[in-house]
Amino acid sequence: MTSIGTGYDLSASTYSPDGRIFQVEYANKAVENSGTAIGLRVKDGIVLAVEKLVHSKLLIPDANRRIQTLDRHLGLATAGLLADGRQLANRARDESANFRDSFRSPAPVKYIADRLGSYVQVYTLYSSVRPFGISTIIGGVDQDGPSLFVIEPSGVFFGYHGAAVGKGRQLAKTELEKLKLSELTMRQAVLEAARIIYLVHDDSKEKTFELEMSWIGDETNGLHVPVPKDLLAEAEQKAKAALEDFE
Amino acid sequence: MDHFPTNWGRPRNDAFDAYGTYPIAQRPYNGPTTDAFSEGIQHTQQPIVTGTSVLAIKYKDGIMMSADNLASYGSLARFKDIQRLHPVGTNTVIGAGGDMSDFQYIQGLLDELMVEEFTQQDGHSLGPSEIHEYLSHVMYSRRSKMNPLWNSLIVGGFKDGKRFLSYVDLLGTTYSASTLATGYGSYIAQPLLRKAVEGNEDVITEDEAVRILEQSMKVLFYRDARSLNKYQIAKITADGVSVSESRSADTHWSFAEGIRGYGAQTQ
Repeated sequence: MTSIGTGYDLSASTYSPDGRIFQVEYANKAVENSGTAIGLRVKDGIVLAVEKLVHSKLLIPDANRRIQTLDRHLGLATAGLLADGRQLANRARDESANFRDSFRSPAPVKYIADRLGSYVQVYTLYSSVRPFGISTIIGGVDQDGPSLFVIEPSGVFFGYHGAAVGKGRQLAKTELEKLKLSELTMRQAVLEAARIIYLVHDDSKEKTFELEMSWIGDETNGLHVPVPKDLLAEAEQKAKAALEDFE
Repeated sequence: MDHFPTNWGRPRNDAFDAYGTYPIAQRPYNGPTTDAFSEGIQHTQQPIVTGTSVLAIKYKDGIMMSADNLASYGSLARFKDIQRLHPVGTNTVIGAGGDMSDFQYIQGLLDELMVEEFTQQDGHSLGPSEIHEYLSHVMYSRRSKMNPLWNSLIVGGFKDGKRFLSYVDLLGTTYSASTLATGYGSYIAQPLLRKAVEGNEDVITEDEAVRILEQSMKVLFYRDARSLNKYQIAKITADGVSVSESRSADTHWSFAEGIRGYGAQTQ
């Protein structure tokens, strides 16, 4: 990498002569090493799915969840450093609780994305801290219906119909583009999300993974909850079948 | 000792101000920057907008609770569409008498608590006994700060096949029984409820439970001047929580014709 040895990459508070902040770019590398996370914004809700790479057989199944709940109507999936994801989720819960306290209503998804974007950006300003090593997908259903945002280590955030971050994001994005997201139902989206995660998983390089999925929408009365076990099993089984057809 | 001569005040001799300190508008001040007592702290000393009785009984399938829809402003029937039975989570209802703004504050506390628990996603949820325990700590801590939340609360619920019914008030006092009543209801309705329910908790059907509460609400409406003939009934069973639409009891006032000694009669 051209940045190494130049001295411009030692701090998040230093620009390189061509206007880049290498520490932020390194943070993006941390995201690229992580298992894929995707989010789908469909007609009646949001579906989040994560390819959680299991690095040891000794781990308890379902441990180290990468999808977290921020509020009744808000969920978050991260790709990158697990601990950074926890920190950001805790901050998000505080933001959401503060909004409730101030306005006696659930926080809009965009408001939380905005606050978290600003929070993440602050960690690109000082030499004493490192930027967040995560890309975050925030999904939720508020007054205006379902919405989905991605926050990057630089602090920028964009809204999406379908989002993918982590190792397999390129392939996942091409798959997401083939879907008519605004016409799908949540149930269909769960099946598609499972299929995409199974598709982007590279089992020649990585050993095992767990599929982690959650959803928010009409099916769940607007609550962010894990996809029920039977539906998850069905989705996984169909995803495996689709994978065999694909090959 | 204060070493700033400017704080020493007026010189002894008006003609000779040795340190040239008097009068000086701005002086270094060494005392406390704010007087903790100058403003004082106002604590709740009386409830303002109040709700009256809440009644609750155990019956065969769970818990049933009722409260009317009135929030009084002193003796004025100020708000006639207030819900005093508040579901918390999927297994619990709290009913409140006393100050309605304090009750709304408590609803806010509980909402925050439930969201906090929900976000853990650990497969656990707070049931009626946990909520009652939490409320008892909140109420007792506030009374210990000489600033109580001016309510009497009944917590009823059904979880893991068990009925739960307990009381907590502005002092942090708690107790449980198979029938509970707050406020005026604890004098008027409680004996009626005890007579109807005690010993029959596992026998009383849903319809009978509704009838017992309807009867007591009617008696309360006749005798309690801060009550309203518009009330709701909440039911907590294995199927979860439901709070009814507002309803009213049939009442007959012809006997009032015979009352003498009040109002504008001439004889």
